[in-house]
This record gives sequence, structure tokens and C-alpha cells, in this order.
Amino acid sequence: MDYFIELLFSGLTRGSIYALIALGYTMVYGIIGLINFAHGEIYMIGAFTAFIVATVLSIYGFPLLAIIIIAAVAATVWASAYGYTIEKIAYKPLRQAPRLSPLISAIGMSIFLQNYVLLAQTSDFLPFPELIPDFEFMEPVAHIVGSSDLVILITTTVVMLILTYIIKFTRVGKAMRATAQDRTMAMLVGINVNKIISATFIIGSALAAIGGLLIASHIGQINFYIGFIAGIKAFTAAVLGGIGSIPGAVLGSLVLGLTESFATGYISSDYEDVFAFSLLVLILIFKPSGLLGKSETQKV
Amino acid sequence: MLPLKEFSKALGVSLWFVFLTFPLMVVKVDPIERIIRYRWDNCAYVAVVTFTAYLLMKFYNLRKMRVGETKKEVKESKNIIHSILNNKKQMVVLCSIVLVIAAVFPQIFSSYQTNVMTTALMYVVLGLGLNIVVGMAGLLDLGFVAFYAVGAYSYALLNLHFGLGFWAVLPIGGGIAAIFGILLGFPVLRLRGDYLAIVTLGFGEIIRLILENWGEFSQGPSGISNIPRPGFFGMDLSLASSITYIYYLMVIGVIITIFVVNRLQDSRLGRAWIALREDEVACQAMGIDKRKTKLVAFSLGAFWAGIIGVVFAAKTTFINPASFTFLESAIILSIVVLGGMGSIIGVIIGALILILMPEYLRALSEYRMLAFGGILVAMMVFRPQGMIANVRRTYRFEKKE
Amino acid sequence: MKLALSGKFVSTAACLMMALAVPAIGVAGDTVKIGVAGPHSGDLASYGLPSVNAAKIVAKQINDAGGINGKMIELLIEDDVCKPEIATNTATKLASEGAEVVLGHICSGATKAALPIYKDAGILVMSPSATNPGLTQSGDYPNFFRTIAPDDAQAEVDVTFALDKLGYTKIAVIHDKGDYGKGFAEFAKKFLEESGKAEVVLFEGVTPGAVDYSAIVLKIKRSGAEAVIFGGYHPEASKIIGQMKKKRLKTTFISDDGVKDMTFIKVAGKNAEGAYASGPQDNASNPLSKVAIDAHKATFNADPGAFYENAYSAMLALVNAIKKAESTDLAALKKVLQTDKVETPVGNIYFDDKGDAVGVGFSVYQVQDGKFVEIK
Repeated sequence: MDYFIELLFSGLTRGSIYALIALGYTMVYGIIGLINFAHGEIYMIGAFTAFIVATVLSIYGFPLLAIIIIAAVAATVWASAYGYTIEKIAYKPLRQAPRLSPLISAIGMSIFLQNYVLLAQTSDFLPFPELIPDFEFMEPVAHIVGSSDLVILITTTVVMLILTYIIKFTRVGKAMRATAQDRTMAMLVGINVNKIISATFIIGSALAAIGGLLIASHIGQINFYIGFIAGIKAFTAAVLGGIGSIPGAVLGSLVLGLTESFATGYISSDYEDVFAFSLLVLILIFKPSGLLGKSETQKV
Repeated sequence: MLPLKEFSKALGVSLWFVFLTFPLMVVKVDPIERIIRYRWDNCAYVAVVTFTAYLLMKFYNLRKMRVGETKKEVKESKNIIHSILNNKKQMVVLCSIVLVIAAVFPQIFSSYQTNVMTTALMYVVLGLGLNIVVGMAGLLDLGFVAFYAVGAYSYALLNLHFGLGFWAVLPIGGGIAAIFGILLGFPVLRLRGDYLAIVTLGFGEIIRLILENWGEFSQGPSGISNIPRPGFFGMDLSLASSITYIYYLMVIGVIITIFVVNRLQDSRLGRAWIALREDEVACQAMGIDKRKTKLVAFSLGAFWAGIIGVVFAAKTTFINPASFTFLESAIILSIVVLGGMGSIIGVIIGALILILMPEYLRALSEYRMLAFGGILVAMMVFRPQGMIANVRRTYRFEKKE
Repeated sequence: MKLALSGKFVSTAACLMMALAVPAIGVAGDTVKIGVAGPHSGDLASYGLPSVNAAKIVAKQINDAGGINGKMIELLIEDDVCKPEIATNTATKLASEGAEVVLGHICSGATKAALPIYKDAGILVMSPSATNPGLTQSGDYPNFFRTIAPDDAQAEVDVTFALDKLGYTKIAVIHDKGDYGKGFAEFAKKFLEESGKAEVVLFEGVTPGAVDYSAIVLKIKRSGAEAVIFGGYHPEASKIIGQMKKKRLKTTFISDDGVKDMTFIKVAGKNAEGAYASGPQDNASNPLSKVAIDAHKATFNADPGAFYENAYSAMLALVNAIKKAESTDLAALKKVLQTDKVETPVGNIYFDDKGDAVGVGFSVYQVQDGKFVEIK
């Protein structure tokens, strides 16, 4: 039983991290119908910025709490700035283009950003400072749920709640939903669609940056290539839940995280990814638009 | 000339990029030795590069607008390629020039150039195969490399265990890949658009992971070596001549593929694909069997990939699962989109550019992949419809006097 | 207008191409061309770039001292992204550019694909990192040499150490599913089973780059293993060891040469304390090793990365062979490599007739106070 609970928490942690990245995919997809392959790279850049800022501050002798806050703020600010700029450079000119062109542009952007970080920083793995200390009150259960697992779970929940609030109740959120439903109509009722799309990229990137910071501190290392695999997994999770749906992205991520964790625990980690992708295929066969996606009836 | 306002804007843009690239370009930390290095000179580079890039971009847009005023002229120049394609005489001349160049290529250039060109030709065929699935039938496939892997492993394994030769496995490899195409096709028949994309991506990864983990079957990540090169009537060829030999094989392969794909495009099936791409429901209403049409598209696309997989295994003489990653699928897809979806000549040009470019970018050494990514974005931004957009066959009804 | 522009563009492009092509032609005859091939971009760049640095440093030292028998070393650095198909292009390119010997390739797979081409061209190849046993033991590649021990030799050292020195009876074998890691792990498993002294309680692969390894760590814990033998590279090793500490696991961690790298200690930090890794014998006390590392620090302002010392040693061996043989003929070079001992950072080495380095003794190190300490 202990083993089961341990695996459950390990799966939830993994799922929460996927969720933070998957939300960016799903929001961008919902609003402009683009699979933003460069999103994984935003996550990586967020983590790298946090690494640089945290290390600089710790060398200057700042206290831990200040380091955490400043690093988190810097990571979100820069990741958002990258998200915003990428949209302006690589996707905005392609709004009216054939559907697959922005996809290729996104793949190109992803390759570009990876190599940019490789050249500007290093190809080596770097130690990420341990921002989340081991809490003393967690010690009795540390073998089941670690402190960083707890922080990840709590942060993800809080971030989700804030995001739900933004989407549901604020002006920007309402405008986002309107734009996602029908861009032309949204324009007609006076929504500045360009601004709303930028806002979507900024929010999505900020979430990815938080994810990057948490995971880098959890596993304690960082490299220019970490965004690629995490990005593909998060994208899978977003599709699993129904791409374009925000609760879907969260549910899909948790399902994917748990599947991987239990598959490793009870069967074998050799085929961990095979299980993840087979699950995806199975779910899509029975629910072709994902767990919570709207099934659209096609009209002529 | 550019208005002065643009210069101040350019200044703003370059300041923004200086801010954007500040942590990554300027600061470099060593967390162990606890050293911080500030590389301020990078700031200046970023500023200068973005400033000029912005002005060039504006300049380009301005020109485009000016040229746009004399629209007629543009239209004519744009259609040069299509007019050549439509003009039989010019077409024959062009084709024979290309053929002559292709024939003498290995004689003029070194075996390195020939080898690279062979790779490019392989990607031409792969692109044309994927073009059937993505360009014609409109099914976004992100796991095309799986079929390529199936072909390559068919040859490697059949040769290893049963000693089958290249020519025997060529059709078998294609056939096995086509069967895999149908296997993939069945479950995804109901899926549309991007859901299809991710399932095919997953399928591609599953194939690679199985090859990686099922060591007893595929020899795992250490791969299979000493795969024989294609035989030439039982003669033993030296390395240089076998490179030339595979090159000529690929030239013939490309010609056959172009011929077949061209005929397919104009066939009943090809039109059914195009109808399917444009509107599934309307297409069904017209009495086209959607299920069969889709499956045929998948299996035909896979067939070409399988055949090229066999050639690939024979050419490199060594294969391991690392050659069949998602990035490879992405490159093949880029070939199709960059060249112009559905356009055969576009795909050929796309393949030549995308495969030859990284090779010739070697001069830039470590900046090679950076440039590759950047060029991919730039090409899409400036020509989103691809290098050579596909032209619909149109029938113009002209009233007779 | 449009056409005029494109004409101009073409001519500019042509000029550019010519400008790029000119330095490549060079003057033949008065230089020794050494090819350096490996992944210099992409996800595995961190294993390839240190070898490039090593080659640059050695080449500069030799050139400053007057070259090899008066000839300057010219490096031809080519990227193969660790992919077999690109490696064949790289190899044909190096061969047609007149590379006389090659330092590389880094990955065993890419090396296997490239070797037949070098063999045909009569070029000697020395890899700092390709550990696949078949490369030397199959006898297919007479032009191949390496300064790193093959997988099976390393696995034997680790297994003997775990069984005889530490006396463990339950061992989990984990690998990274890669060429190097899985090969090593399979040999380790084989030796463990043959010894009959210990039970392999778990044999599994982890996915490199996955966001979290806690599930596999939990599985290790449940298997009751006293020690983990890990086949793979340092990034995965430090992730696993970090998560083992987080789950309060006290299992001993034993690993291979891919982990015996300063980056492992840097990244894993205090979690690395007590972990074992096998590596070339006493290179920490070897003065040449210090020289090599100091040269890297002075030139690149950073610590060297993976396989740097192996690459540095390979360069020294190659230079020595060219100097003594007074030619770059394959047979002459081979003769020198197989008979003449060279002082290198990995030891005083020569090569056996299969191509493996002799004299690269293997020993097991333990991380103590942030340093690898040799266990005698």
C-alpha cells in the first residue's frame, strides 16, 4: 500500500509539472489554432533565467527567500518577454497563411532557441541551486512526499486557481474566450485581437517559466535541451485532455503523469513512453477529441 | 528611402532585444567557483544586429509595397516556373538540362558532394511520399519517420537473419512499411487535424522506443552494423564507385517517384484525396469511400518511406534507432511545407534546400543549426505558401463568339 | 526590376561562396591535417565539444613548438550530430578534404557508420569515447583505435568491485537506454549472473531527459537492492542520485566512466558524496592530467567537459605516431601506436593489435569531499 501511495504522489508531481507547460500549449492552440512547438523552449529559457539570476544573487549573498522571489519574478518576466517576441516575429506575420506554415515556423524557432542558449551559455549540464529547502515538518513523511513535491503540488494548484479566475472573471479572460470562439466576431465587438493574442502568449509563457523553475529546482540540473522532451510530453497531455480546453490540459497532464508513474512502478520503465503514447491512442480512438474536448460536428 | 521615424523605431526594437537577451547573452555564471562574468560586448552586437535587421525588414516591406503598385509585372515574374511547367517545349528543355546535370554530377564533383546529393535525393522521395499524405490528402502526419525506420530495419534484419539481398528486400521493405501504414491508418480514421498529428507523433515514437528497448529483436540502441551495400550484378564495388552507384540508383528512384506521383495526382484517387482534404463531409456526400481513400493515402505514403528506408540502410551500412527521432519527421514535414504543399516541384526544391543547406552551412561550424532554425522561420515568414505554391487545375469557360 | 535584383543576389551569393571556399583549399603539403569529428550541435553537443577543445589546445601547443617534424597541424572540425547518416557525410567530407588522421567520432553508432569510409581511404581513426566492444573486438575495423576502455572491461571492474570489495548480494542494474549505457549495463548483468555471488534484483532503463525519476527510484527501493550499478552518463546519474537522497534511500551508487566526470560532482553536489565510479587509473595524480586541465582553464576560461582527457591523450598519441612514423601512412602509424609508449593524461599507453589502449588501467573512485578519490 505504501508503494502505491508513493507512486501516486510521484505521478501527481510529474503530472503537475506537465500541467504547467501543457496550459501554455492549450491556451495558444485555443486562441490561434497553432501547435506552438517553441513552447518547450520557453520553459527552458525560464529555467535558465532563474538559474542565472539565482546564482548571481546567491554569490552576492542575498537571503534564500529573496532569491526565490526575485528568481521567480525574473524567470516569468523574461519568459513572457520571449513568448511575446516570438509571437510577433514568427507567428503574427503568418496569421493568414496556410495552416501548416506557422507549425514549421514554430519548429524552426525551437531549433533556433535551443542553439541560441547552447551558444550563449554552455552545452554542459549546470547545477541548479536548491531553492526549495527540506522542511522539517515534512521529515516524517519525506520518504513518501518530499518537500519539493509538496511545493510543486501547492504552487500548481494556486496557479491553476489564479488562471481560472483570470479566464472566467477578468476583462482579458473574457476577451480571450471570445477570441477563441470566433476571432472575427471578437474583432467586430471591439476586442483588440492582437493584444489578446499577445496576452495569451505572455500568460502561457509565465506558466511555463514557473514550471521550469520548479522542475529545475526539483531535479537540480539544467541544460539547453530540457525543453524539448518536456514540451512533447506536455503537448501529448494537452491533446489527451482535449486541446483548447484548460481543465482538459490539467486532467490530461495528471492522467499522463500517473500512467507513467504506475507503468514504471508496476510494469517496467523500459516502455514508460510506449505506455504513455498507447494510452493517448486508445483514448483518442474512443473519444476523438480528448477527455474534455468539445466534439465538434462538422458542418458543410 | 526610409522615413526617419523608422530609425527611432529600430532603436526601440534593438533596445528591446538587448533587454531580452541580457541574462543569457551577457551574464555567465559559474555556480561552483562562484564567478560571474559580464560580457558587455555581446550587448553591442545584439543591438547592432537587431537594428540593421529591423531596417532591412522595413526596407524589404517598402519595396514589396512599391512593387505591389505595379502588380501586373509581379504576377508575370511570379509565374515563370508555372509557365515553364505548362509549356511543353520549355519543360522538355528544362528537364533535359536537369537530367544532364544529374548524370554528370558524380563525374565533376567529389564523392563527398555525391554522397550529400544522394542524401538530398532520398529526402526528395521521402518528401514526395509524405506529400501524398499531407499535401494531397491533407492528413497531418508527424510520425512519418516510423515507416522509414520500418524499411531500414526490414533490410537490416532480413539480411542479418536470412541473408536476403538489397534488391529482394526493396519491395518487401516497402510492402512491410505499407502494412504498417494501414495499421496506423485504421485507429486514426476518425481523428481530425491536430489530434491526428499527435497520434502519428506518438506512433513514430512507439516504433522508435520498441526498436530501442526490444534488444533481442533489433539489437537495441547499439544498432546493426555491416549492412551490405546494394550489389551490382555480383560485382564488388569500391567505396567511391558504390557511392556513385547508389547516387544513380537514387536518380532513377526520384524519376520513377515523380512519374508515379504525378500520375497519381491526376488519377481518380488523387482527386478523391484533394476532395477529402478540402471537405470531408462534402467528399463523402459525393460518394467517395472516405475510409478506403485515407488508408490508401497512408499506405502509399508509407510505401515510399519504406523503400527509402531500405536504401538508407544500404547506404550508411549501419543503423540504430537514434536516426529515427521526431526531429527527422519534422524535417521531412518542413520539406513538404517549405516547398509548397501538394506541389511536386516545390517538394523537390524544398528537399534540396533543406538537406543541402545544413551541409553547406558547415562553414559556419557551431552556428550551423542556429542559422538553420533562423532560416526556417524566415522562409516561412517571407513565403508562407512555400517556395512554389501549388496551382489548382482550373477550367475556364470561355464563351465562343 | 525583380529579375535584376535576383541577378544581383545570385552574383553576391556566388562571391560569398567563393570567399568561403578559398580558405578551405589551403596549401597542401606543408600541414598535417587532423580531422575532428563528433556532435558539435544538438542534444549531445556536450559530449563532442570538449574533444574539439582538446584538439585545439594540443594543436596549438605543437604548432607553437614548431609543429610535427616542421609541419603545422591543421584541424578540420566537422559536426556529425551523433547520427550515423550524418557521420557518413562527415567522413566522406574529411576524406575528400585530405584529412590524414581523425580524432573521433564520439558516439559508437556514428563511429560504426563512418569507419568503413575511413578504412577505404586508409585513414587512421582514434576515438576518445566510443566504447562499443565490437569496434575493436570484431576485427572489422583495422584502422580504429581508442583511448577509452570498452564497455565490457569497465563493467567487469565495477562488478568485481561491488562483489569482492563491498560484498553486496542484491544489486539493481539501471541504464539510460542508450548505446553506451545499455551496453555497459548488459555486460554488468552478465558478469553478475556468471559470478553467482549476487542476484540482479532489477534491470531497467530510464528515459534520458524525463522530468522526474522518482518512480524508478521507488522501484529500486522496493527491490531491496543494496547497490545500484548505473550505465550511462552523468546528467542522468546526478538526477537519480538526487532523487534517491530525496526519498531517503541509502543504496550505494556505482557507475561507469561516463559518470566519472567533474561535472557529475558539480551538478550532484553533496548528493554525490559516497558514490563510486570507475575511470582511468590514477589520472588525478598524473602531472600531465593537471597540465591538460590547466591548459583548458587558461584557454577557455572554464573547466573541461566529458572525455576531454581521453581526447587530449588521443591527440598526443596521434601526434607522437605521426612524428615517429614520419608519414601518415596507415601501416606505419599503426606500427608506432602498437610499439611506442606515450605519456598521456590517462597513463603511459600503447595500443594492442585490436586497437584498444593498453596501460589505461582502470580503477574505482569514490566521491569524497567533492573529489574523486581512488580506492586502492
